[in-house]
This record gives sequence, C-alpha cells and structure tokens, in this order.
Amino acid sequence: MQAAGVRAPAWVLGLVPLLLIAAAIGAFALLDGPGLGERNGIPIEDVAVERTVLEPDAIELTIRNDGPDAVRIAQAQVNDAFVPFTGADEEIGRLGTATVRIAYPWNEGEAYDVTLVTATGGTITHAIDSAAETPDADLSFFGLMALLGLYVGVIPVALGMLWLPWLRRVPAGWLRTLMAITVGLLAFLAVDATFEGFDLAGEGSQAFGGAALVVVGAVVSYLALTGVSGWLATRRKGRRGGHLSLLVATGIGLHNLGEGVAIGSSYAVGALALGAFLVVGFALHNTTEGLAIVAPLADEQPSLGRLALLGLVAGAPAILGAWIGAAAFNASVAAFLFGFGAGAIVQVIVQLAPTLRDDSGRTLHPGAVAGLLGGMAVMFGTSLLVAL
Amino acid sequence: MLQSAAGAAEHGMHEGHEMGHASFHGTVDFAGNGFDPHEILRDFDWGKTTRLPSGRVLREWELVAGVKEIEVAPGVKFEAWVYNGRLPGPTLRAREGERLRVTFRNGTIHPHTIHFHGLHPASMDGVAGAGEGEVPPGGTTVYEFDAEPFGLHLYHCHVRPLAEHIQKGLYGAFVIDPKQGREEADELVMVMHGLDTNFDRENEIYAVNGIGFAYMDPPIRVRRGELTRIYLANLTEFDPINSFHVHGNFFHYFPTGTSLQPVELTDTVMQCQGQRGILELRFNRPGRFMFHAHQSEFTELGWQGFFEVVE
Repeated sequence: MQAAGVRAPAWVLGLVPLLLIAAAIGAFALLDGPGLGERNGIPIEDVAVERTVLEPDAIELTIRNDGPDAVRIAQAQVNDAFVPFTGADEEIGRLGTATVRIAYPWNEGEAYDVTLVTATGGTITHAIDSAAETPDADLSFFGLMALLGLYVGVIPVALGMLWLPWLRRVPAGWLRTLMAITVGLLAFLAVDATFEGFDLAGEGSQAFGGAALVVVGAVVSYLALTGVSGWLATRRKGRRGGHLSLLVATGIGLHNLGEGVAIGSSYAVGALALGAFLVVGFALHNTTEGLAIVAPLADEQPSLGRLALLGLVAGAPAILGAWIGAAAFNASVAAFLFGFGAGAIVQVIVQLAPTLRDDSGRTLHPGAVAGLLGGMAVMFGTSLLVAL
Repeated sequence: MLQSAAGAAEHGMHEGHEMGHASFHGTVDFAGNGFDPHEILRDFDWGKTTRLPSGRVLREWELVAGVKEIEVAPGVKFEAWVYNGRLPGPTLRAREGERLRVTFRNGTIHPHTIHFHGLHPASMDGVAGAGEGEVPPGGTTVYEFDAEPFGLHLYHCHVRPLAEHIQKGLYGAFVIDPKQGREEADELVMVMHGLDTNFDRENEIYAVNGIGFAYMDPPIRVRRGELTRIYLANLTEFDPINSFHVHGNFFHYFPTGTSLQPVELTDTVMQCQGQRGILELRFNRPGRFMFHAHQSEFTELGWQGFFEVVE
C-alpha cells in the first residue's frame, strides 16, 4: 500500500508494538489486574534444598524458594525432634535463598531427615542418606580434587591415545570398525549423561527449569559445537582428521566436566570412597575415550604437543568439574552441565558418522554395526566399575 | 557489653535448648492466641448453677464452635477448630448427680456436635442420626443429661471425617467429682494431643493443653509435700497411644477416675486414644523434675515440661 506523503521508518514500526505492550503491562499492574480478583486458595510453598554442609555438631542447609509465594521458616526438626537453628530470619521471596544452620550432634555414617516447618505449618524434609563431614574447601582439598581429576581424566585419556601408532598400521576396513567403536562409546556416554542430568534436575530447584535445563544444555552445546566445527572446516581445509580429533576431544572434555562434578559432589557428601578400585575403574573407562580421540588421526602425523593439547582438552575438565562439584555443588547447574556434555557428544557423533562409510557409501555396514555395539558394550562394562 | 554469670544463667532458663533440651525456635505469643497453657492448667469451668424445683442442682454451660488461627509453635500458624476459642476446649466440671445442660452453638461453616463420654440418653449422644444429630453452621442445640458416673471424661466433636474434626481441636476434658468430693489438692488438667500442621495425617507437634514445650519455661510450680492431682486425658489423633512419665517421683493412678482406689503406684502410664485417668502424687524434694511422654519422639516434638517444687 502506498500512502501519500511520509512513510514511517521501519524502526518506528518495530517499536510501536513494544511500547503498547509496555503501556498495557504498566496499566495492568497499576490497576492490580482488573477483573481477576483475589488469589484462589492459600499460598503454595515450594522450597528446594540446594546444598548441605555438615560440620561437627552442625548441619547447614542452603534452601531456595522454588514456589510463587514468599516462605518463612519458623521451626526446624531433625529426626522427629525440634532443634535450635540460626539463619533464615527473614521471609524468603520467590527464587530467594537462605541458609539455615542447625545445631545437632550427628554421627558419621548415619541417616538424618532434616525438616523445616514453615509459618503455615508446611514442612520441607531433606534426607541426608549418610552423614559425613563436608571437607573444607582449602588448598589441600583443591589439590586432592586436582589429583583425582588427573587420575580419572587426564592420565587415562593420555594412555588411551597411545594406541595411535597401532592405529596407523591397521587396514582401512578395520579403521572404520574402530571409528564405529568410538561412536558406540560416545553414544553410551551421551545416553548416560542425559539420564544423570535428569536425575540431578529432579533434585534441584524446579523454578529454573528442572529437566528442561538438561535439554537446553544439550541444544546449546550442540549448536555451539556445530558453529565451531563449521568455522574450523572453512579454516583448515584438507586436515579433516585433526579437526575431528579436536571435536571429539572437546565433546569428551565437556562430558568429563560433568563427570568431574559428579565425582566431586559425591566426595563432598561422603558418598564416594576414594579407593583404588574406583580410580582404576575410571581409568579403564576413560582410556577408551583416548582411543576415540586418536582414531581420526590414523592417517596423520600430529606433533607431540598437539597430542598433549588434545589430551588436556579431553581430560583436564574433569579437574575443573571436581572442584565445582565439591566446593559449590548446585544440582541445577550440574544438570545443565550434563546436558551440555550430552549435546556435545551428539554433535561429535554426527561429525564422525561419515568416517564409518565403506567404499559403497553405506554407513551401517556389518563392520560398523559390530563396532557400534562393541563400543557400547565396552562402555557399559567399564561403567559397572564406577557406579557412583 | 559484659554479661554477668547470673545473667547468662537466667538467659539459659529461657531457652530450653541451652539447657540441653529440645525446644522451639523463639517464643509463642500467648496473648495473641487468647489463651495460655499455664492458665488452662488450673482452669476448671464450673458453669452456672440454679436449683431445679426438685432441689437438684442444674449446671449450665454454653459452648461455641469456632475457627481460630492459633500460633501453635513460634511463627507457625494453624487454623484450629475450637470450642470457646481455646485449645483444648474448657474443662467442664460438675458434681455427681447434678443435672447438666450444655447449649451448643456452631459458629463455623461445617456441621459439628459435642459428643460427651458418660451416661446419657441416646438422643443426647451428639452423633449424626441421634436426637438433633449434626448441628448445621449457625445452628444451636442443647445437650442435657445427668452427671454420672464420677470420674474424668471427655467431650469432642463426632462429625465425619472424625480424625479431622478431632485433631483440629474440637475436644476438652469433662470432670465429674464424686458426691463426697476428693481430698483437697492442687489440681491440674493435662489434655495430651497432637497437631498435624501440614495435613499429612501425622503430627508435627505434640503438646499438653495447646502449645508444645509450654511448661519447659516457665515450669509448673507445685508446693513441696502438697497433694498434686493431675487429670490426664489423651486426645491425640493419628498415633494410637500417648503416655505420661514423671521424673523422680511416683504417682497413684486411677484409670478414668471412676474408682477411689488406685490401681497402681508407678511413674509411667500409657493411654490409648480417648483414654484418661487421674494421677495423685506429692513432691517431697525441691527442685525441677521433668515430665513428658515416654515416647522420645513425642517428647522432643513438644510434649515435655518441668515441675518446679517450691516451699
């Protein structure tokens, strides 16, 4: 339509609806929601316990108000007895947090139900399955977590990468099967990380999205890695193997970040025995990840420095994860990280898929199927060693 | 500011947990609730009396069922259903053989009744289908019967769902003295009950006379050597039994108070839901003696207190 005279610039046309929306919201708020009346029913209280810290003779809960209405904590009970506490003196607003510190002579290894009674008589009960003193987040603790990350992340991945010289000598058909094994390993990790993420999402605050956080994390990392890989592809033509290796290392690294969080948080709540068995289990489990990284490099001559870098990209996030998990565990954040790791792995699988193709262009040829199943079987078997 | 040792000790007396006992966080505003467990303890409602033409005593009360928001623990509000604005309802007291007349008015939006334990005609039973049956919102009825047998009895609402109508607070103790009376004593009434504040059909708080831990600080003062008589009734819902245990002493127990001969000299007694009995004891040693349910869970969820024996 052609109006005579002036045409409004495009940005004005774009702004008008926004201004109208703002005006409508303002008027609605000013008039207190005309026609809607009072709320129906009593306030809904929904409180999530985000963090539990146990010190000698004290239990500290960090809680978040997950519901739409403000909550006031009035009383506290431990194992069906009223107990003295400090903190949470003020009303906790929507999405607000508070820390309740309870004086209680708990015993190591025993189970406790901590119940907070709200001003309306509602209760929030948090189960401590097995009480253990929360480690101090001091230098030696961070050192221990770093050592743990090194044991379960960096070293096994590096060891797995030692398969590279052997990979160079195997025939092309075998290599395709090895790539299929890699994809199988990764597929198992993706599924595992997704369910772990959903578990964690169930524990955490639901107001931040709950299980949706896992999906969002996965989509974000998938898209981010797709972008990075596209950028790498245009920049480094002709070096497809190195590009794939970096992608695999990144995907595995993001997965190991989540794994580190799980290990660190388990250690912090005393659910993890730092035995040699567990470390050996993780080492075996993650050694296969090293194989996955170097498989795309079979036809190339990467420098030692480059290999070390790939190993660090894949393994070192376990250290960071262990620190986060042990010192500042938050179930919602952990759920997001697990989703993030899963999305990254799916992206890597998509990138690796073409390398499985045989001479006639089939992807799921018998060798590839055998490799996929084999990879998943290896991961399943080694995961049994490290069930947290 | 420096705090004197005496000041610290006094402060400790006001916080049960500082003395090493379970306690609430903060204090309950009894004035806001409109009743104080320490007053309920020795508050016997004798009603109003007139003489019938036959010369017999007619004793009358008026009970009103209402809804009241009560601070059942510091900062915890509970919408209770109560007789005459208090939890438990008034302790009605009469003498054996009198004619009793209770005018009941229902000031709530739910039907209610008063069902008395004792001997009465079927039409005065206070249950659906008997006499005037359930009293509708705004309705009134009159329960009239003879005071018999002597002993410690109860009254409570008997409208379904029963557990709800009882646990929300529609109950009280009902004392009928024997004709010849009982020995002079310092008389206390203790109605044991629970409070289900989150509606999960379990009690979050246990109490005697409305508020948990109320007799921890200040304690119940009793005189050394004086006969102390406790009218103890169990109106706890959800838990099958409740109990009473006193430290450093033994009591004579008269189940339901219907005999003047005690059945037992003990320091612990158990009562099923609706059971009650009379305890008689003398404190011969000065100082503080605990009393509580001998179910540790109930104890630390509110059902404990102190006697302080003074000269």
